Amino acid sequence: MVETLLEIHGLKTWFKTDDGMVRAVDGVDLRIDHGETLGVVGESGCGKTVTARSVLKLIDMPPGRFEGGRILWRGRDLIPLDDQEMNKIRAREIAIIFQEPMTSLNPVYTVGDQIAEVIALHQKLGRKQAMEGAAEMLRLVNIPNPQHRVHDYPHQFSGGMRQRVMIAMALSCQPKLLIADEPTTALDVTIQAQILELMHEMKDRFGMAIMLITHAMGVVAETCQRVTVMYAGKVVEEAPVGELFGQPRHPYTQGLIRSIPRVDRAAEKKQRLEAISGTVPSLLDPPPGCRFAARCRYASDICVREMPPLKEVAPGHFVRCVL
Amino acid sequence: MTVTQSAPTGVPAPAAAATATTRKKQHFSPWQEVWRRFRRHRLALASSIVLGLIIVTVVFGPLVWTVPINEIDFAAKLQGPSWAHPLGTDDLGQDVLARMIYGGRISLAVGLAAMVVAIFVGVLVGAIAGMASGKVDAALMWLSDLFLSLPTLPLLLLIIYLFRDSLKAVFGVEGGIFIMIVVVIGGLRWMPAARLVRAQFLSLREKEFVEAARALGASRTRQVVQHILPNALGPVIVAATIDVAAAIIQESTLSFLGLGFPPDIPTWGRLLADAKDYLDIAPHWALASGAAIFLTVLSINFIGDGLRDALDPRRVI
Repeated sequence: MVETLLEIHGLKTWFKTDDGMVRAVDGVDLRIDHGETLGVVGESGCGKTVTARSVLKLIDMPPGRFEGGRILWRGRDLIPLDDQEMNKIRAREIAIIFQEPMTSLNPVYTVGDQIAEVIALHQKLGRKQAMEGAAEMLRLVNIPNPQHRVHDYPHQFSGGMRQRVMIAMALSCQPKLLIADEPTTALDVTIQAQILELMHEMKDRFGMAIMLITHAMGVVAETCQRVTVMYAGKVVEEAPVGELFGQPRHPYTQGLIRSIPRVDRAAEKKQRLEAISGTVPSLLDPPPGCRFAARCRYASDICVREMPPLKEVAPGHFVRCVL
Repeated sequence: MTVTQSAPTGVPAPAAAATATTRKKQHFSPWQEVWRRFRRHRLALASSIVLGLIIVTVVFGPLVWTVPINEIDFAAKLQGPSWAHPLGTDDLGQDVLARMIYGGRISLAVGLAAMVVAIFVGVLVGAIAGMASGKVDAALMWLSDLFLSLPTLPLLLLIIYLFRDSLKAVFGVEGGIFIMIVVVIGGLRWMPAARLVRAQFLSLREKEFVEAARALGASRTRQVVQHILPNALGPVIVAATIDVAAAIIQESTLSFLGLGFPPDIPTWGRLLADAKDYLDIAPHWALASGAAIFLTVLSINFIGDGLRDALDPRRVI
């Protein structure tokens, strides 16, 4: 039996605004096992990032608020922990990397100093040892000439290199789980592939799990074992990656997969790219029914009236749909 | 993996790579790096030399130039520069050079100390306001608006009138007045720094590198001290240099009004104020004190510029 690292049950992270409560994450369940890669997909504003930041409790409160649910990290609920206790989990057990490698590093310190800071902070090492650790991390993420590059400043690195530095920093304390919040969105395609490859390599080396948040279905297909699809603050489908792409059950997932650009088909038939019509509903006081009903081609009366439960349609394949 | 760095450097690849590596091998302490960058800023370097000379002169000058500051000699009043009096004499026949040297001690000390007070209070208030936001922020900004709207001079007069004697009693004439002037000038000049720092904090604390630090376990204090503050310092340093200048000038205003140091203790501001009545017959007197203030303020400003550039690693020098 593989150890379950992270289990989220019915997580609700809401934000108080002048117009009312925004239910950014409204009852999300997900699970990550030791050593696996879970993809979390959905369009912008569906709550992927808020879910990720909730896990590390990086949500500013106020305006944010946990309205309910539990975040179990190896069986221990993180929600009641204070900042000091969270700091023992951050980087040491769960680390995160962000979307924007250009701004995620402090411009006034060398990259070595920044990696060494994390190492020194968590492993209580002296500066010299920490700097050696930093150089070693840079070598692991394939930065050429790491002994010299540790003394360079972030602006002397390219976007892809900075993302490597971020990964080095996040992994410097060998966390069990790496949350990657759209790590490749800001990078061009060839660099994207390199970064994904690097993450995969690091995952094997350190035996960690990855929660990969993305909106690129192609990235998911290549790297993940299981996929959770989110829509408007809810999980709509969860399945092993092969099954999700082979037999998507939720109309939203089907729409997402159909909207993946296919170069070969477009060239042959001059087909227009298929899109899901409509926009994401407002998360301020959402209607009671299925959140996707307004854009769903199969929607019926019952969809508008009540929220369908998440039900298991095949082993490990859950769908929130009446169909 | 082994793609070397020398590849994209262009034509003289081996030489460039060699110098790059030798330079990198030399040193790595961040302060040495700052010094290396500071040295490239010619004006700042020249200004540090000028300021250094001024400081050495006022500190050690009295040991070399032993003419007393208050030897009155009406026979030699308002004389121009001569070997006996290199900077001439004033209306009482006192040696201007000796008074300049002595006054420089007070003026520089007041300027620097008042700047430290103003910047310390300003950074503290600005940082708290910028981090706390909400009610605390509003209250602190309200307080700084209040201070900004106070008419400085009448307030200075009032404070000095109230506390001068008790401070004199505790710290002696010069010490007491020094403390009072520094606190009063510094205490009424922290608002611009506070607003500057607050504005910087408000934008910096939302930056992703701060969130990244937080996500990797940095405590709130560490986020502020290590990550936000160093990024906010550039404009603060420039403000600090302007504060030094303003404090020197403000001290002269106070002395001029007879509320600073007693008339027999010279400061640059006081010398300038006394000299202004004799501008037509003895311009050397005003020129000496004016030039001293001007040179000091200007070189402090250039040093501030150079420091700001040297401390910002993004700037290519």
